[in-house]
Amino acid sequence: MIETFLQTFDTGNGFWNPLIWIIAFVVIFLIVVILRGFGNKTYKKNTGQTKAFLSGNQEYEKNQMHVKASNLYWGWIESMKWVIDGLKKMHTGNVSDYVFWFVVVMGILLLFVGLM
Amino acid sequence: MSFLDQLIIHGPALLIALPLLGAFLTPLIGRVNDKLRNLFVIIILGITAILILLLAQEIFASGPITYVFGSTAPYVGKETVIRILFEIDALSIFMAMIGIILSFAAAIYSWAFMEKNTGLDKYYALLLLLTVGMLGMVLTGDMFNFFVFLEITSISSCALIAYYVNKAKSVEAGFKYIVVSTIGALFVLMAIALLYGQYDALNIAKLADSITFSFVDKIALVLLLAALAMKGGIVPMHMWLPDAYSRAPASVSLVLIGTTQAGLYGVFRVLFTLYGNVIELPTISMGWILVILGLLTMLVGVIMAMIQVDFKRLIAYGAVAELGYMFLGVGTCLTVLANPEVTLAQAPFAFEALKGGLFHVFNDALDVGLLFMVAGAVYYATKQTSLNSLGGLARNMKYTTVFFIIGLLAVSGVPPMNGFASKLLIYESTYQLNPILSIVAILASIMLLAIFVKVFHAAFLGPALPQFEKVKEVPKSMLIAMGIIAAFIVLFGLFPDLIVNTIVDPAANALIDNTGYLQWLTGGA
Repeated sequence: MIETFLQTFDTGNGFWNPLIWIIAFVVIFLIVVILRGFGNKTYKKNTGQTKAFLSGNQEYEKNQMHVKASNLYWGWIESMKWVIDGLKKMHTGNVSDYVFWFVVVMGILLLFVGLM
Repeated sequence: MSFLDQLIIHGPALLIALPLLGAFLTPLIGRVNDKLRNLFVIIILGITAILILLLAQEIFASGPITYVFGSTAPYVGKETVIRILFEIDALSIFMAMIGIILSFAAAIYSWAFMEKNTGLDKYYALLLLLTVGMLGMVLTGDMFNFFVFLEITSISSCALIAYYVNKAKSVEAGFKYIVVSTIGALFVLMAIALLYGQYDALNIAKLADSITFSFVDKIALVLLLAALAMKGGIVPMHMWLPDAYSRAPASVSLVLIGTTQAGLYGVFRVLFTLYGNVIELPTISMGWILVILGLLTMLVGVIMAMIQVDFKRLIAYGAVAELGYMFLGVGTCLTVLANPEVTLAQAPFAFEALKGGLFHVFNDALDVGLLFMVAGAVYYATKQTSLNSLGGLARNMKYTTVFFIIGLLAVSGVPPMNGFASKLLIYESTYQLNPILSIVAILASIMLLAIFVKVFHAAFLGPALPQFEKVKEVPKSMLIAMGIIAAFIVLFGLFPDLIVNTIVDPAANALIDNTGYLQWLTGGA
């Protein structure tokens, strides 16, 4: 019974065993923790070491420091603007356009299937 | 004959009758007591789930089950008589399992999530009706019956999407959904009429045996494919999906995933079973069309998800991307099957791709379902859906945060979660058809991870925000529902071999072996 659960998943060209992966993950984690233990304990709480350095500017209050969702991946979104703008134009929110795309797909499929 | 045997014999009818009867009794029980009504719905869905498990055990052990409603013989003399067949093979029961898990979890989740709303008698009745439609679509062996159940899901879904009638956008989403669904259903009905006109039959197996791939058959195929793919949220016909999923209550979004997948089931059944005998075509394979649509769905889904700031709308676009993986896996298999020069034995990766696609159907339902429940929990606690307004919630909602992390890892295909196992099958097998396919699939997965890390950062990490100081963890019923789905995710992730061999492999075999579907046909028109 236990063997059934522990069996390695055969993917046709490879294999995958999550239990072995978890064991490996735990072992690596333990090694990292042990190695970290050998390090110098130079961290001092409540000193200048723990303060953020913002090019000499004053640090904001903690609750003002949270990066909002719309600011995340700003660079990626800017560089992909040409694609995103096109997709935004496609997503009009107008139900007539939804039906239009359905008709387009049906037409293309008819063309392909007609060629068969 | 024991009671259990009787249950199994009449199981197919009971699977529809029980939630249907429950739907009509729910408002009556609601008049007596609200909690009794909620409990009644959960019990009905629980019994239905047990019935599905019993039937599944029987089907996996002994093969498909046929259940006849009406006349026992298809003809009396030369006259066709009224009879409807339920033809339940491993694929049907596989889809039924997905549907019932989602409905059951939704009913438990709704207990606290919907508590403060009015009109709950109607809500629960519609939830059960939606389950009836979803189960009917995957169990029936009759084309017209399929259309009827499709309509039941469309109407009940529309009413549930527009449940918040005081919110204009919910009503608008419901309206859009019913327009799109009705147009789709109309074309399905037209296709059924074309097939019925030619072959005087509505039974899927009988039609599959008769179809010659004439010009009319080709038109029927196109109508069915386009309409069911639209119902399944495939790009570029997906636009109704983010509207509907994001505006419906979170518990409804969960069940809507099941109805979307029932649409995909329709596509697979049409291609592999209904047209299974004639799909070997010399010019262009339907498989490639599925593969291209799958790639488009993945890419458009992830790019659109990346720019969203509404929690549920973002998940909805993520769900669109996930649908692409299923089309990619199944399409890869169909590409090989449609090539008369290659057999499955020569290209075993095709079967692995099909298994990956089907396994991902189940995984997607669980992963995206859990994320929608987390989004609902966040809304319940904060009354906010915009990610720009959220932050620091991990401090006050520890369990919800853990469930989100499980959903995040699973949907992005990070080991050791279930999403990784199915995506691994898809990556490996599609690579052998064309390496670019698996590269795009992996890229989309990486983007999904980036998208949900953004959500995690925006909603759960960061400093405690003063407006959420008093936010508390959600009630137990919501945590239990999320816990059930999370447990399935972990179970499927840790023991993929067991799940694939037990339920996915038979489902994939049932889809490929359409001769099996025809052989056990006892006759029917």
